Amino acid sequence: MTLQGWALILGFIAILLALTKPVGAWLFALYEGRRTPLHVVLGPVERGFYKLSGIDPDAQQGWRRYALHMLAFNVALMVFTYAVLRLQFFLPGNPQGLAGLTPHLAFNTAISFTTNTNWQSYGGESTMSNLSQMLGLTIHNFLSAATGIALAFALFRGFAGRETKNLGNFWADVTRITLYLLLPICVVYTVFLIASGVPQTMAGVVNIDTLEGVRQSILLGPVASQEAIKMLGTNGGGFFNANSAHPFENPTALTNLVQMLSIFTIGFGLTWCFGKAVGNTRQGWAILAAMILLFLGGVSVAYWAEAAGNPVLHQLGVAGGNMEGKEVRFGVAASALFAAVTTAASCGAVNAMHDSFTALGGMIPLFNMQLGEVVIGGVGAGIYGFLLFAILAVFVAGLMVGRTPEYVGKKIEAREVKLAVLAIAVLPLFILGLTALSCVTGQGLAGPLNKGPHGFGEILYAFTSAVANNGSAFGGLTASTPWYDGLLGVAMWVGRFFIIVPMLAIAGSLAAKKHVPASAGSFPTTGVLWVGLLVGIVLVLGGLTFLPSLALGPIADHLAMIRGQLF
Amino acid sequence: MGPFPKRFVCGGDPPPNPTPEGEGLKEGSIMNTDITSAFRPAIVMTILFAILLGLVYPLAMTGIGQAIFPHQANGSLVHVGNRVIGSEVVGQAFVSDRYFQTRPSAAGKGYDGLASSGSNLGPTSLALVDRVKADVAKRRAEGVIGPIPADLVTASGSGLDPDLSPEAALAQAARIARVRGLGVEKVRALVVAHTEDSVLGDPHVNVLALNRALDAASKR
Repeated sequence: MTLQGWALILGFIAILLALTKPVGAWLFALYEGRRTPLHVVLGPVERGFYKLSGIDPDAQQGWRRYALHMLAFNVALMVFTYAVLRLQFFLPGNPQGLAGLTPHLAFNTAISFTTNTNWQSYGGESTMSNLSQMLGLTIHNFLSAATGIALAFALFRGFAGRETKNLGNFWADVTRITLYLLLPICVVYTVFLIASGVPQTMAGVVNIDTLEGVRQSILLGPVASQEAIKMLGTNGGGFFNANSAHPFENPTALTNLVQMLSIFTIGFGLTWCFGKAVGNTRQGWAILAAMILLFLGGVSVAYWAEAAGNPVLHQLGVAGGNMEGKEVRFGVAASALFAAVTTAASCGAVNAMHDSFTALGGMIPLFNMQLGEVVIGGVGAGIYGFLLFAILAVFVAGLMVGRTPEYVGKKIEAREVKLAVLAIAVLPLFILGLTALSCVTGQGLAGPLNKGPHGFGEILYAFTSAVANNGSAFGGLTASTPWYDGLLGVAMWVGRFFIIVPMLAIAGSLAAKKHVPASAGSFPTTGVLWVGLLVGIVLVLGGLTFLPSLALGPIADHLAMIRGQLF
Repeated sequence: MGPFPKRFVCGGDPPPNPTPEGEGLKEGSIMNTDITSAFRPAIVMTILFAILLGLVYPLAMTGIGQAIFPHQANGSLVHVGNRVIGSEVVGQAFVSDRYFQTRPSAAGKGYDGLASSGSNLGPTSLALVDRVKADVAKRRAEGVIGPIPADLVTASGSGLDPDLSPEAALAQAARIARVRGLGVEKVRALVVAHTEDSVLGDPHVNVLALNRALDAASKR
């Protein structure tokens, strides 16, 4: 570990803290549906969209209607992408002349991008045409992110509402978030990426005669426009197989820093927006403090493990940190930080191969996801996931003192706690269940590349990534088989929508409640005690549930590594 | 499908007069208006957003990129006469003793620009250790003494890493000086001159740029 490495990590957090309030204030304007300076340009587009689709943006929706409209939109988008991918050979914008995707791969990919997972069971350069990347995938990068933020807004309205059914209007939320937040940032971001060396063209393959006189073909395409929203929307689906490790996606250490910042920016801002929505920004800062503590814990372990390197290789005379699967221009610190960021948020882009991390270095991404993607988390999904844990935390606090728990002015009762547990239980049930199933079937066991505990880790990582809607992988697993495409597709769908629907039900039930002013008997949810309780609840739930599986995978792998036992 | 039982109606009792937003179930309708009211916006919005985000946005950005930064937007290609000899950004294979050699690559058969990939071998993988062992032996045979720089014997994440660490390049200086009949100090000076320092990442040397400078220095 170096001073420079730590300066990078702490400087990274400092920049984000400085951005939290401005980004949060912008989000709050969208939350309230206020006019922004961008309305001058994009206002007509927004009104045109409403008019053509017959939407009244001021019509309020209850939680059921909000949920059903959200689901209908997501299903329509998914079917659209499935069709684009299957018909790829027939459509224009296919300079390589690629065939259509197989049914199981198109099914998996359509679900993957709809659910903001962006698990990639394919290698982009050999599977996706330029049009498929743009029309099939880029739109989901925007709209799955906008859906996540809209759902967070709906939950905020549940906490902020006073005896109402109304959670806002799904269409207005999604349209405004896309037009006034995601799209403008992406336009600027794309130009920056192009200037830094990310291609943006409709051309396909370029043939190179290298200095040594060998033919090398490299692929160009509309990379920058997809890269921008891939990071900002915590999607993570790369244009190329190697994702943000590929020099065309992430050419310099500066683009690497900006990519990491853009993964977290909106998530940080949403905590401030939540505080503002419930009338006390300290509520937002308290949540953010708990998230940052959890994040720093993870990144410290990952950086330490990667900088320490692999003792097996040291014995062969190799010096320094673990560089297998890492790019020289980033080095160990920026790769470990990226891995922690991308899995704390549900991004899943990678700038180094997690499969080749040291055992404990690779356990951190896995554990971050198993906590439910709530350490900052995906845009929207992170904060609504974390608020479910907050509900459980006040419930536990209430049990300890024997009072009905309250949170930000709402009484938390049996219904909310049951729904929160229902949502949180999805994770262990499907991650561990489907991993176990794959460990006892021939088709499941055919997947892993590595042997021994690391091979088990590859299966566990895949289902964790899918249910948590992350999308990163221990890439050695051969996942483009009907078994994994199918099961992982189901896992991604369940991991997204089986959490969203109970969450919206909680929002509906909270909105209908009276506001309870804080009294001397209320448990304060802004102080150090509360932050500690939140961190504790997240760690205990995640730890108790998943530690046994980690013991079989990365921890066993670590013990083998220090003993020098190979598989 | 018959009407929904009353307990499934949103929020308990249906409102006496259905509000304009039509919350819940309309008396006598077959399907819940919560869902039927979603069909048109779901389909129309999918089409509108597909046009805006899937076509207008990437095509407009392509236009802007091609106009302002045509070199980068087209892959930062390096031309020598009519020939494209590489990209400043993407790594290419160097295996000859005359050049600074690039890192091991798991992209296809090595530096395959259409199959970017890491090795994905885990820390306890026998295949990884065997590969590193062979590469270490090769460097030892060239006369490299002391610890081997890690990046020289490990595969990158993309398989297309354009860079080496300065240490990995310097470790090859003696061999290159011998093969080319240049002074070792001259070769080492080239490495130092091409090293890019970065506070945001690690110091690195672009191998293509370095090897072109090496060719130029050998001609003189």
